[in-house]
Amino acid sequence: MPDASTPSPLYLTLHGLWQRTGLPEGWWLVLWAVVVAAVILAFVLLTVLILIWLERKVSGDIQSRLGPARVGGRFGVLQTAADALKLLLKEDLIPACADKPLFVIAPAIVFVPAFLVYVVVPFGPRLVAQDLDLGVLYVVAVSALPALGFLMAGWGSNNKYAVIGGMRAVAQLMTYEIPLGLAVLAVVMAVGSLSTVAIVEHQRLWHIASPPLALAFIIYFVCALAEVNRVPFDLPEAEAELVAGYHVEYSGMRWAIFFMGEYAYLFFVSAFAVTLFLGGWHGPFLPPVLWFLIKTYAVILVIMWVRWTYPRLRIDQIMRFGWKVLVPLALLNLVWAAFWFVR
Amino acid sequence: MSAPRAIPAPPPPGRRASPAGLSTEQLVINMGPQHPSTHGVLRLVLTLEGEVITDLEPDIGYLHRGMEKLAENRTYAQYLPYTDRLDYLASLNCNLGYCLAVERLAGIEVPERAQYIRVLLAELNRIASHLIWLATFGNDLGATTVFLYGMRERELMVDLFELALGARLTYAGMRIGGMPYDLPEGFEQATREAIRQMRPRLDENDRLLTGNRIFQSRTRGVGALSRADAIAYAVSGPTLRGSGLAMDIRGHDPYCIYERLDFEVPVFDEGDCFARYLVRIEEMRQSLRMVEQCLDRMPAGPVRAKLPRAFKPPAGEAYSRTEAPRGDLGVFVVSDGSANPCRVRVRAPSFANLQALGVMTRGSKIGDLVAILGSIDIVLGEIDR
Repeated sequence: MPDASTPSPLYLTLHGLWQRTGLPEGWWLVLWAVVVAAVILAFVLLTVLILIWLERKVSGDIQSRLGPARVGGRFGVLQTAADALKLLLKEDLIPACADKPLFVIAPAIVFVPAFLVYVVVPFGPRLVAQDLDLGVLYVVAVSALPALGFLMAGWGSNNKYAVIGGMRAVAQLMTYEIPLGLAVLAVVMAVGSLSTVAIVEHQRLWHIASPPLALAFIIYFVCALAEVNRVPFDLPEAEAELVAGYHVEYSGMRWAIFFMGEYAYLFFVSAFAVTLFLGGWHGPFLPPVLWFLIKTYAVILVIMWVRWTYPRLRIDQIMRFGWKVLVPLALLNLVWAAFWFVR
Repeated sequence: MSAPRAIPAPPPPGRRASPAGLSTEQLVINMGPQHPSTHGVLRLVLTLEGEVITDLEPDIGYLHRGMEKLAENRTYAQYLPYTDRLDYLASLNCNLGYCLAVERLAGIEVPERAQYIRVLLAELNRIASHLIWLATFGNDLGATTVFLYGMRERELMVDLFELALGARLTYAGMRIGGMPYDLPEGFEQATREAIRQMRPRLDENDRLLTGNRIFQSRTRGVGALSRADAIAYAVSGPTLRGSGLAMDIRGHDPYCIYERLDFEVPVFDEGDCFARYLVRIEEMRQSLRMVEQCLDRMPAGPVRAKLPRAFKPPAGEAYSRTEAPRGDLGVFVVSDGSANPCRVRVRAPSFANLQALGVMTRGSKIGDLVAILGSIDIVLGEIDR
């Protein structure tokens, strides 16, 4: 396999063309960053469209109904696009008593981190936007940001349900951030690097095959469910209790941005699980990118399956489970991993 | 009817200092009348200490239609469709309660075949009603799929009603003195087929929820109602039987042909949401048994007693007690000898059961409240009347 640190031929060709124009090298870096960001954004938006459609089809299948079946042919492929169009055309409503700056900026604070984390996702060898040396740390740090957005949305809406939803979101995300970080740390210990590319390259054999990391995977998976606010951890927006939780006052495109953030993050936590535990892009016969996507979608399908099968927990049960079970378990696992991987 | 009650004043602005020196305040939330989990237009005024409910005041009346007053200006037969709108999820049980009261008042003997048909339809309606409860209870707990499964299963029952009575929700399916018409051809086979399909589907829902750890942790020990409290609040139906009292009017004070049927009354002692859940699940199975027995033993004959064209029961009063899906449904009819009832008073089981909500929710969380409210299975149609 080619060394992942060498730039791709495409990059070299384009860079060569730029150098021929004689324009300054600094501009090239800016331009390249913009191009990469645009590509990631396009990918994220497309993924969100696919995921929402997939969720509807999967839930329909589980609930013995059809799901979307009209817009865009028999399988309703264009349903999400039609919905997005509708949301775009809706009136931009801001409640009269809302804290306007907080209310307006909150969706962005939720969505932007969900987009930023894609920077270090290794889709294939050399197919990573930026192979940061501190990739894993970067992910853990950035993915803690949406909690702030949820709280701002809840507080800024000036709605009691939203406040409770926002508080629940922060409490839950803070709680599950810790065992998630500890589970990821076990992988870092095994590899000896924080770079996502290095982690994938280390996996001749999938990480999940070694016992401490299998446990770490389970911890990671549970925490990931909580991080993306999905059943059984969808307390912040628990429909039956809080109507819609922190986004109860949001409508139209602002609401859609919350929604997009949620699904973008859903894809990310699955992709990250594949990167850390399931061998990343490794796999026989098929191109690496395809393997990566297949594995990621498999994880996503499991998460959806869970969502449409289980009831939701209660907030105190979630907090108790997080602090009294997952955190000690993750710590013990870390110790176990330390002894296991001692060389 | 309860005396008019003032809207509760919000608790005093009690700013208290927490141990950490932060000042905290209680939060008053109006849950409903538009809310996904208040099962209609119920308004709950909640006082919250964080997530914990310190005070709860149900406020009803958003669906008041003046049913009692309406009865004064309708003939006995004309009032029957109104009873459909009491507990609209179990219209036939409400029809039955009203018809029994009027028949008792006028001393009408209902043909035996009509009694069998009535019990059969009432039990099918109980299953349909319990399935809606299962669906919404699952939805309250976040198990969205159970909602659709419950609705799917209910469709089997609703199709039978459509076949027998031509309607799917409010049937006006009985008449004073019997049934409007006999069961249609093919009804028996259709019912047996529906029962055959129903049994495994009940088991499937059972497997999906009953043993589920999350479901149990959300319902076990939640909203416990002691036997003494249940009696004190005059709670009835599955809610009472979930609190350990084997009180079922079908067995204790049988009406129609219930004393000839063989069935068990499921009782659980825990008094929590899980016990109430188990009671209803078992009741559906028992109802299926009763329906089968009715089909087996139904005699031939007329389905409606002869009534005078101008139906005027003699002056007097009569009370009927029936076991509706939600509990003890009492109908009290007073006649002054005219064609219109002088008074029709309904004792709705949901109304009494809702009163116990305060005891059940004391000190619980918002999530528990939703589970408890779902587990007592109220219908606002009969609470507000």
